[in-house]
Amino acid sequence: MSSVVGRRWSVRLAHTALVLGALVPLVFIVRDAFGDRLGANPVEAIEHRTGDWTIWLLLATLAVTPLRRLTGWNGLIRYRRTLGLLAFSYVCLHFLTYLVIDQGFPVQGLTLAYVWDDIVKRPYVTVGFTAFVLLIPIAWTSTKGWIRRLGRRWTTLHQLVYVAAALGALHYMWLIKGDRPRAVVHALVLVVLLGARVWRVRAPRRSPGAPRAAARLPAPLPGPASDPS
Amino acid sequence: MLIKRPNDIPTSEITPESLYLNRRQFLGAAGAVAGAALVPGLSPLLPLSTYVERGKGGEDDKPNSYEDITHYNNYYEFGPDKTDPAAHSGSFRPRPWTVAVAGEVHKPKIFDIDDILRRYPAEERIYRLRCVEGWSMVIPWSGFALSKLLNDVQPTSQAKYVAFTTVFRPAEMPGQNTDILPWPYMEGLRLDEAMHPLATLVTGLYGKPLPNQDGAPIRLVAPWKYGFKGAKAIVKIQLTRTQPPTTWSMAAPSEYGFYANVNPEVDHPRWSQKRERRLGELFRRPTLKFNGYGEQVASLYAGMDLKANY
Repeated sequence: MSSVVGRRWSVRLAHTALVLGALVPLVFIVRDAFGDRLGANPVEAIEHRTGDWTIWLLLATLAVTPLRRLTGWNGLIRYRRTLGLLAFSYVCLHFLTYLVIDQGFPVQGLTLAYVWDDIVKRPYVTVGFTAFVLLIPIAWTSTKGWIRRLGRRWTTLHQLVYVAAALGALHYMWLIKGDRPRAVVHALVLVVLLGARVWRVRAPRRSPGAPRAAARLPAPLPGPASDPS
Repeated sequence: MLIKRPNDIPTSEITPESLYLNRRQFLGAAGAVAGAALVPGLSPLLPLSTYVERGKGGEDDKPNSYEDITHYNNYYEFGPDKTDPAAHSGSFRPRPWTVAVAGEVHKPKIFDIDDILRRYPAEERIYRLRCVEGWSMVIPWSGFALSKLLNDVQPTSQAKYVAFTTVFRPAEMPGQNTDILPWPYMEGLRLDEAMHPLATLVTGLYGKPLPNQDGAPIRLVAPWKYGFKGAKAIVKIQLTRTQPPTTWSMAAPSEYGFYANVNPEVDHPRWSQKRERRLGELFRRPTLKFNGYGEQVASLYAGMDLKANY
């Protein structure tokens, strides 16, 4: 009994630590914005930093399932939604910075024509915006209630995160002119994380503990609906 | 969100703003006091005369800080990021330096940079710089009209274009070890553009020698054109009969043309050119045709289709 309570507390503590830890970069951005430490183009700097953290947190989210399988530490799954929502928080800040400060909506005028023009014209903005739009329903349906309501379709819907992550990596790769190593690292990490899933689906399950029902699921990322990969 | 501007360089290094904004009066007074004692060539980087060409819409132009102008640069020879030139130009040596002027001229000449500084006294020229990427600055350059140098070498009647070749030193310029662009960087102007009083050979910034990351020791500034036309670290000026190849138009011909005049009506294929972010300002401002210097330069392009000649 006491061990269950203690475990709950430790999980809660870990969650709090995770959220607080993920807020540290935001605190640094705010500190630098007020301390004149964002360089000559502060708007661009904010966009880059919030964008970086979006990708890193998204990759961390996608790393949960492979890590869980690799280590057998199933408790990891508890942090996946939190990580995903933190990534979504950063992409919201990223998009709002772009919309309100970079493009001046609605401060400079209520027309979205400029913004739409920019989204359509710049391929890297187009893919970045698409990735953002894809993440909205995923974040929206991340609650237990939605998992229950959507059943197996929830898994399918949430597999959109792979598309969003790939588009996010592309967004970054097309944006930068140099520093390609970092973009390549993002892409490689993503390929490894997605590859681990494909391999998992293709490889025959020999581990004695693997539930047989899960192996028969048609989705590329098997598992019960409440525990999608 | 409140975004304050940096405090820039120490006040000991910078002209007080009030003095800076009234520098013509100050220089006039200084000139009256110093009189003939102020020998040209004694201090070639001191602005001996002032030529401020602000053009349309320039009344509210405030020069960007020295810090911004020297830490937000596109200079791929030192790396592709804006902060690379400041970070990686430390070992670049702008002396000794010569500029060869050749081609369709009656008097070809190899100039030593210090000879250039003596022969062509630097004027202060505060110009807007509009980058093709969609940002802009206001920069107090010091330099002199390119036409002065060209007149001295006497272009032949065959000369139609001016080609600028920049330095190739991979050992000092790490970006030149990558194939991000074909090296050395080359730019060009039509001869009448090059002879225009706004076309400037720049040797200084804020009254100080031009920093390495801004194109030391000598660069081109054509303020009505996108910034990439301003070849940096020039080693050769060649007058030619035919239009010379230019680096960006070779790298991406559909995106960057020979003319590259600032024009909000002609979008880059991948983004709009209607607005720009003036560094130091929160929101974008409308981009002006010819970067606001239309009164001075529009006649150069009379009858020309600026959409076709982007």
